[in-house]
Amino acid sequence: MGQPGKNIMIQINKKPWWGVVLVAVALAVLPFITGAAFGPAWVRVLDFALLYVLLSLGLNIVVGYAGLLDLGYVAFYAVGAYLYALASSPHLIQNFPAIAALFPAGLHGPIWLLLPAGALLAGVFGVLLGAPTLRLRGDYLAIVTLGFGEIVRIFMNNLYRPVNITNGAQGITQIDGIHIGSLALDRTQNILGLAVPSLHLYYYLFLALVLLIIVVSVRLEDSRIGRAWVAIREDEVAAKACGINTRNVKLLAFAMGASFGGVAGGLFAGFQQFVSPESFQLIDSIMILAMVVLGGMGHIPGVILGSLLLTGLPELFRYSATPVQQMLFGKVLIDPETLRMLLFGLTLVVVMLYRPAGLWPEKRRSRELEQKRGEAA
Amino acid sequence: METLLQQIINGIVLGAVYALVALGYTMVYGILGLINFAHGEVVMVGAMVTLAVIKLLAGTGLPLVVQLLIGLAVSIPACMALGAGIERVAYRPLRNAPRLAPLITAIGVSIILQYLVVLVWGRTYHPYPELLPTTPFDLAGARISPAQVAIIFFSALVMAGLLWLVHHTRLGRAMRATAENPVVARLMGVNVNHVVTMTFAIGSALGAVAGVLVSINYSVAHYQMGFILGLKAFTAAVLGGIGNLGGAMVGGLLLGLIEALGSGYVGDLTGGLFGSNYRDVFAFLVLIVVLIFRPSGLLGERVAERA
Amino acid sequence: MKFLPVLLSAAAALVLSSCGKQETTSSSDTVKIGMAAPLTGSQSHIGQDIKNGTLLGVEDLNAQGIEIGGKKVKFELVAEDDEANPAKATTVAQKLVDAKVVAVVGHFNSGASIPASKVYADAGIPQISPGSTNPRYTQQGYATTFRVVANDDQQGPACASYAVNNLKVKTVAIIDDSTSYGQGLATAFENAVKAAGVEVVAHEHTTDKDTDFAAILTNVKGKRPDLLFFGGIDTQGGPMVKQMKALGITAKFMGGDGIQTPNLLALAGDAADGVIASIPGLPKDKMPGGVAFLDKFKKRFNADVELFAPMGYDAVFVLAEAMKRAGSTESAKILAELKKTDYKGVIGPIQFDDKGDLKNGPITINLVQGGKWQPVDTVVPTTAAVK
Repeated sequence: MGQPGKNIMIQINKKPWWGVVLVAVALAVLPFITGAAFGPAWVRVLDFALLYVLLSLGLNIVVGYAGLLDLGYVAFYAVGAYLYALASSPHLIQNFPAIAALFPAGLHGPIWLLLPAGALLAGVFGVLLGAPTLRLRGDYLAIVTLGFGEIVRIFMNNLYRPVNITNGAQGITQIDGIHIGSLALDRTQNILGLAVPSLHLYYYLFLALVLLIIVVSVRLEDSRIGRAWVAIREDEVAAKACGINTRNVKLLAFAMGASFGGVAGGLFAGFQQFVSPESFQLIDSIMILAMVVLGGMGHIPGVILGSLLLTGLPELFRYSATPVQQMLFGKVLIDPETLRMLLFGLTLVVVMLYRPAGLWPEKRRSRELEQKRGEAA
Repeated sequence: METLLQQIINGIVLGAVYALVALGYTMVYGILGLINFAHGEVVMVGAMVTLAVIKLLAGTGLPLVVQLLIGLAVSIPACMALGAGIERVAYRPLRNAPRLAPLITAIGVSIILQYLVVLVWGRTYHPYPELLPTTPFDLAGARISPAQVAIIFFSALVMAGLLWLVHHTRLGRAMRATAENPVVARLMGVNVNHVVTMTFAIGSALGAVAGVLVSINYSVAHYQMGFILGLKAFTAAVLGGIGNLGGAMVGGLLLGLIEALGSGYVGDLTGGLFGSNYRDVFAFLVLIVVLIFRPSGLLGERVAERA
Repeated sequence: MKFLPVLLSAAAALVLSSCGKQETTSSSDTVKIGMAAPLTGSQSHIGQDIKNGTLLGVEDLNAQGIEIGGKKVKFELVAEDDEANPAKATTVAQKLVDAKVVAVVGHFNSGASIPASKVYADAGIPQISPGSTNPRYTQQGYATTFRVVANDDQQGPACASYAVNNLKVKTVAIIDDSTSYGQGLATAFENAVKAAGVEVVAHEHTTDKDTDFAAILTNVKGKRPDLLFFGGIDTQGGPMVKQMKALGITAKFMGGDGIQTPNLLALAGDAADGVIASIPGLPKDKMPGGVAFLDKFKKRFNADVELFAPMGYDAVFVLAEAMKRAGSTESAKILAELKKTDYKGVIGPIQFDDKGDLKNGPITINLVQGGKWQPVDTVVPTTAAVK
């Protein structure tokens, strides 16, 4: 059993201390540089990219470590988002007099309660999904998880009658922005004489959680559980024979992966201050899966690279589709939106063809692949 | 009674459509163990190419059925080439790659095909001409249109044809051998690449016809029609046992009937609590329950019959 | 690993080049108006239509030669694709703000307009939605939200009033498309007809991606309603009308502005005759620029108006009028004048109430006769409270 997690830890430890400081400083000033050089829109892209890093690290546990193909991952994102939305918006108060009587000051759930609660609830949903699908393999699992994602979305979309719980397709508005203590992240704040815009504040919060989840992921990867996941991924029967309780270990993978999604969902709801079922469609699950696979399944830096690339590239195409065409042909030949999607599709195909194990795969995986190719040739 | 009969007809027609598209998924899966996610887009291209040909023929005064046949004569080879081309470009280089790599290229190919169609034919929902007679037949108060009869008839025909092909031809024997074990099949002199290409081509030809029949029945075609149709058909294939020809047929019909009867009756049974808005929930719940008890689908275990 | 740095540096070069370009194109005499709608994805035909409408508005303004504060200005449209995705909507909103647009026409989906409205409100930029009908869009307490389309609470009751008072229906069945627009409109209609004592015999649902309505229509057929009301848009409405006729349902078919389109006529074919639909504003032929607009649009884009192009077109002119009155292209001053809007547009008279909604203007009921939309009645919502 190779220990990729350990390698990372060693790599980090081997680096001189100023390397770590340099990275920290770079990450800290990144939003300011981005904002100054390219405009706040790119800081927003950065914020969303971090949310997607959270999501794909969560999915990486299920797909990358445990090898369970999940096409309905966005359901957990939805669960976290709706929990946050319902617990910090006037929606429930307006529709249920009993709740209004219980909370005369309105519902304003604190972030330190709502994020763990979102993680927990999403984890429960993860087990709910995992339990009936334990015997399924590969593509059968894919279609059931896909169905699960759709079921959750359909319920969100329709629980507005006979009693209005989710407000249906119209979504929930007037959600509180995230507050940490007395610090409101949804407006510009003056910190030590420096005006820090809302987008930057969210960036730091998201970054902190991404770092936390990276640490959790690295620790997991290198633990008994992490090795059990990899064992199941490589050969479930052999893993069972080695005394691994495959049922519990699989359920744990679903629950852990789901809980990361729940956290990301809560952050999303607070950041957007609006949730509706439109944000949790099948295509979103597919995109998150694409980030994991394109970057390099089971390899944390690869997964991060994949999610940054797939959130950044469409925006890049959005910016450059028109100017580049004008530069090359002197006029806009292809409608820029169509061109953007064509380029995006092409990227997926080309990257996978040239790097089938992902852009930045685990060393062991790429080695295996080369061996396999050697055999096939 | 009249309503029930009509809902059963609705379900069978819808199911036959799913089955026809599901055959394309299941054939490929049976041979390569690969979900060809771009198959829905091939179905869409089939419908759009046929429509374009018919529009060209609009002024000629040929009878509609002849126009339809000419349209199919163009779109079927086009889709066969497209299907085989997708395999050659996006799947073959990845045959020894990690299992999920071809899934991502398939998604990429889907996006590319959709937006190429947008480039050529735009984003509008195109009205589809009534190429078959529209006067419905009356069946004890329930109605069925000639296009719907054509769908059921054609699905049954294709099913029979495929079973014959798989069990009684040289190509079929090669397909079964490849499905069983590609390495051994190659040692026995089977040209595996040829078999795979043929599988994609046949599946795509069926897809093209399915696309045209669907568009005639619902009188509309557009660049995104392949996605949902493909998804449902794939669900049907898994329900029946993916890789199994009979399973695709059974799964398709079952899914169609669940959808029709589910959205028709569950609303009334639950006092309006769960109406037709939960149609897909019923479908997926049935799928999950079936897979709990039969983890490889309804007919999944009869590996001998895999195409 | 050589591949990666190359890719990244190429990416960086692209960003730099495209950003650099943007800076150079902005000159002081150019006024940028933002536009955001879904230009890709399943609703892109509607988004493209809005884009074309606003583009035509901008081109017409430039052809007329507008002077603001004594200075001749040239308008420029900055169009963005929000993909009908709430998250992308805030990103493109930010991008429009960064591009220094003075006002925005957008978005189409309520689910995009609402999260984006916070970004515009923070920047103090007026936002006129040409197609978002969710009442909550203008109820968030932002001063910057406007719309030039009737909201669900205006249009639903207007349809109900016509159904009850003119068509004298006793039973209705309702179908919605599970979208924000369809659900909202259908619910508003349902509440209004129920209040008038009409029996709702069925409320069925489809989605905005479906083309098979046989099961729900069969169910409706069994309940024998006088009227079938559809909350949704033409892409489902057209095939639905056709399938309804094929099943032998004789009920009348009614919908909102989402189906009052040429595309419905094309998709439903002969079956379209007798379809009823409401649309905010006076009948096109009674409006000064109505028919001319349709012709002009057809000539410019070689396509028929799908749905909301006239709203986009009018929104641009409403903004230009506000700038003229303010004598300024500053967002804050435009905003102040926007509230006093009194403009006769392609869609009808446009005035805003204190929230930014269209003041209860007339709503026209149209009927398909001989393959054409014909206005048959005009309902004014204030007086149309269902008797």
